[in-house]
Amino acid sequence: MTFSSSLELLAFHNVAYTIYAFMIISIIAWFGYNLTRKEKVPSKVRIPFYGYIGFLVAMGVGHHIFTYNTIPWVSQDIMRHEIKPDASYKFEVAKHKWINMPKHVTVQCGQTIEFDVKSRDLVYGFGLFRQDGTMAMQMQVNPGTDVNGILDSNDILWTFNHNGVFDVVSTEYSGPAEYDPETGEDLMKVKKWLTVVGCKEDGGKK
Amino acid sequence: MSIMNNLINGTNFDHKSLNALQKVTLRAVVMSFLFFGLVAIEGMIMRLVQAHAPIPHMFYHPEHYFSIMTVHPIVGIFGSTYQLVFAAFMFLVPFLTKKPLYSIKLANAVWLLITIGTALAWLSAFFTGYAPLYTLYWPLPADTTQFSVFGGIVFIVGVALIMVGTLGFIYNIYATIFQRVGVHKDKTTKELLISGFGIDGMLNLWNKLRGKPPYTKEPALALPVVAIFRGTVDTFLDAIVILGAGILVLVYLLFDATGHPLNVGAIDALLYKNYFWWGLDLVADGLVLIYVAGSWYLLATLITGQKLFMENVARAALMLELLVSWMVWSHHLLADQGQPEMMKLISGEMVTAFELLTQGLALFITLVTLWKARPLKITPELAYLLGGLVGFGLAVPAAIIQADMGMNRILHNTQWIIFAHVHIALIVGLYMTLYSAVYVLWPIVTNNTKMFSKKLTWTHFWLYLVGGVGMGAFAGMAGLDGMLRRHLYVNGEFNTLMVLAAICGTMVLVAWFLFLFNIVMSVGIKGLIGIFLPAEDKTASYGIEPETVAENHKV
Repeated sequence: MTFSSSLELLAFHNVAYTIYAFMIISIIAWFGYNLTRKEKVPSKVRIPFYGYIGFLVAMGVGHHIFTYNTIPWVSQDIMRHEIKPDASYKFEVAKHKWINMPKHVTVQCGQTIEFDVKSRDLVYGFGLFRQDGTMAMQMQVNPGTDVNGILDSNDILWTFNHNGVFDVVSTEYSGPAEYDPETGEDLMKVKKWLTVVGCKEDGGKK
Repeated sequence: MSIMNNLINGTNFDHKSLNALQKVTLRAVVMSFLFFGLVAIEGMIMRLVQAHAPIPHMFYHPEHYFSIMTVHPIVGIFGSTYQLVFAAFMFLVPFLTKKPLYSIKLANAVWLLITIGTALAWLSAFFTGYAPLYTLYWPLPADTTQFSVFGGIVFIVGVALIMVGTLGFIYNIYATIFQRVGVHKDKTTKELLISGFGIDGMLNLWNKLRGKPPYTKEPALALPVVAIFRGTVDTFLDAIVILGAGILVLVYLLFDATGHPLNVGAIDALLYKNYFWWGLDLVADGLVLIYVAGSWYLLATLITGQKLFMENVARAALMLELLVSWMVWSHHLLADQGQPEMMKLISGEMVTAFELLTQGLALFITLVTLWKARPLKITPELAYLLGGLVGFGLAVPAAIIQADMGMNRILHNTQWIIFAHVHIALIVGLYMTLYSAVYVLWPIVTNNTKMFSKKLTWTHFWLYLVGGVGMGAFAGMAGLDGMLRRHLYVNGEFNTLMVLAAICGTMVLVAWFLFLFNIVMSVGIKGLIGIFLPAEDKTASYGIEPETVAENHKV
C-alpha cells in the first residue's frame, strides 16, 4: 500500500478518522447509558489494563511506522540532501512579493523537483494547491542568514505522480499586507503556476 | 416568583452569606464567562466572514479580520479559560487541603490583572489593528511597517499583565500547599514536595513490584492537588517564556519609537520559533492535559464518593505527563525544513505519541472509577464530565495523527488542527470538564443557591455539545479540503462547510447565552453586584466535606 498523492492520503484519513469519531462518541454514550442501569450489566468484553496500554503504545508508534512505509515523501524529505532532483527552482520572497520566481513551471510525470525558497524579511509559507483548493504540499519559509550573511534555505523535494495545475499560496500568515486592503484578495497567490503533464489518468508515468 | 423578581433578586442567593474565598472565586468566574461570550462573538464574526455572509464590509478588511484573529485566543485562553481554571483551583486547593488560601488579596489581584491585561490586548487590536497573531512569529510582532508601535506596546503590556497575574496565581497556590497548618502542620517541605511531584506514587508502585509495603499509605496531598501542583509547574515555565518573548518585542518596539530601530535579523527566526513553541506548548500539551486529568479524577471521586481507581498509577502518570510536556514542542515545527530531522522524529513524533498514552490512561481511570460506582443518576455534572471525555477522546488523536512528518506535509496550518483538535479540545473537552466542575462546586461556592431552571441547564448541555463537536467537525473537514487556518477567503471558497460550521458555532453562542441567563436568574442582578462588594466574612477557607457531593448522585 502506497499513497501516491495527498488526495489519496486525505481520503483515507477522512474515512478512518470519521469511523473512529463515531466509535468514541458511541462508546461514551453507551457507557453513560449503562451507568444509569440498576441491574448489573454483564461485561461482554474484558479489556486487560496492560492490553489497553499496549494498544495505545502500538497505535502511537504504529501510526508513524505505517506512514513511513506508505507515504513516499517522508523518507524523501529526510534524505533530500542526498537525492539529486530532476529540476531545481530557487527564488526569494520579500515584502509579500515573490522575487525571481519563474512565471510558470511545467513538470513531467514522475519528476522529482526541488523548491528552495528564501525569505528576506518575514516568515512565509510555500504551498502548492490544486484548482479545487486541495493542498498538494507545503513548507514554512523562515527568514535568516548564516554567518556569512547568505540567506537560509527552505528546501523541499517533491515528486509529481498525477497530472494537474497548481497555484502557489503562502501558507503562513505574514501580516495583513499580504491582502488587498479593500477587497481582501490574496496578493501573494500565483494562479496556475505549475503544470504536471504526461501521467496516466489514475497516476503514474504513461 | 416573577421573571423580573428573579432577574433582580435571583432564587435564594445571598451574597452577604459568602466568605472572602467564595467571593473572590465567583468574581473570576463572572469575568471568565463574560470573556467567553466575547470570544464566542469574535469566533462567529470570523465564521460569518468565511461563510461569505452579508455582514458589514469592514469585517472583510484584512486588518480588521486578523486583529480579531489575534485577540480571539488571547481572550479565550487567558481571559476566559485561565480565569476559570485559576478561580476553581484557588478555591479547590484550600477546600481539599482544608487550609486557608495563602492570600485573598493576591487572588483579587490575579483576576484583576488578567482582566485588565486581556482588555488592553483587545483594545490595542481593536483600535490600532495590531495583528501579529498569538504565534508572534519573529519578526512580525516587531514589524512597524505593518503595525502601529503604540498598538504593539499596549498589546505586549496587556499580555505581560496577564502573565504577572499568572505568576500571582502560581505563588498563591504553592504558598497555600506549603503552609504548614491544619492537616499539614507536622509535614515537612520535603514530604509535601515528594507528594506534589507524585514520587510517593512511583515509590508505592516500585515497592509493590518488589513485594514490599507501600512507601506511604496516605500521601500528603490528595491526587487533584497533585495534578494542580504539577500542572502549575508548566504554567510557571509558560509564563516565563511568554514574558521573555514579550520583553524582546517590547524592547524592539521601544527602540523603534525613539527613532533608533534595532536589527530584527539579529534574532534567528527558527530559534525563536523553538523557544516560543516550547513555552506555548506547555499550555496546550502541558498544563491543560495535566489540569484536565486532575479535574477528571476529582470530579469522578466527588460524583461517585469512591476512591479513584489505580490511584498510584494516576499519580505516576501525572509525573510522566509533566516530563512529556517538556519535550514535544517540535511537532509544531514539522514543516520547518531547517529544523533538525532528529528533533522532528524524537520530539515531534515519538515523544508526542506518548500523549496518547497519558491521556488514554486518564480517560481509562476516570471511566473505571465511574463504572465501579454504578448505578449513577445522570446529573448535569456527570453529563458534562462525559462530554469532556468525548471532547478529548476526539481531539487528542486528531492531533497525534498530524504530529507525523507525512501527514503534517499536507495538513500543516490547515483548519484541521485548529478545529478538529484545538477547538474540540477547548470547547468540548476542556470547557465541558469545567462546566462539570461549575455544577459540582455551584452549591458549595454559592451556599446552596437553587439553579433557576434545569431545562435551561440541559438545553445548554445539548446545544453546546452538538454545536461544539459539529463546528469542529465541519471546519476540520474544510482543513482536509485544503482550507488554511490563518488565511482570509473572500470568494466563498469552502462555503458549504463554512455555513455548516457557522450554524454549529451559532449553537455554541446561543448555549452560552442560555447558560449566562440561567446564572443571572439564579443569583439576580443584585447578587451579581454583591459578588463584587467586599466580603463581611473574611474567612479564606471552606470546610464542607467533599463526600457530601456524592450523595446527590446516588440512585
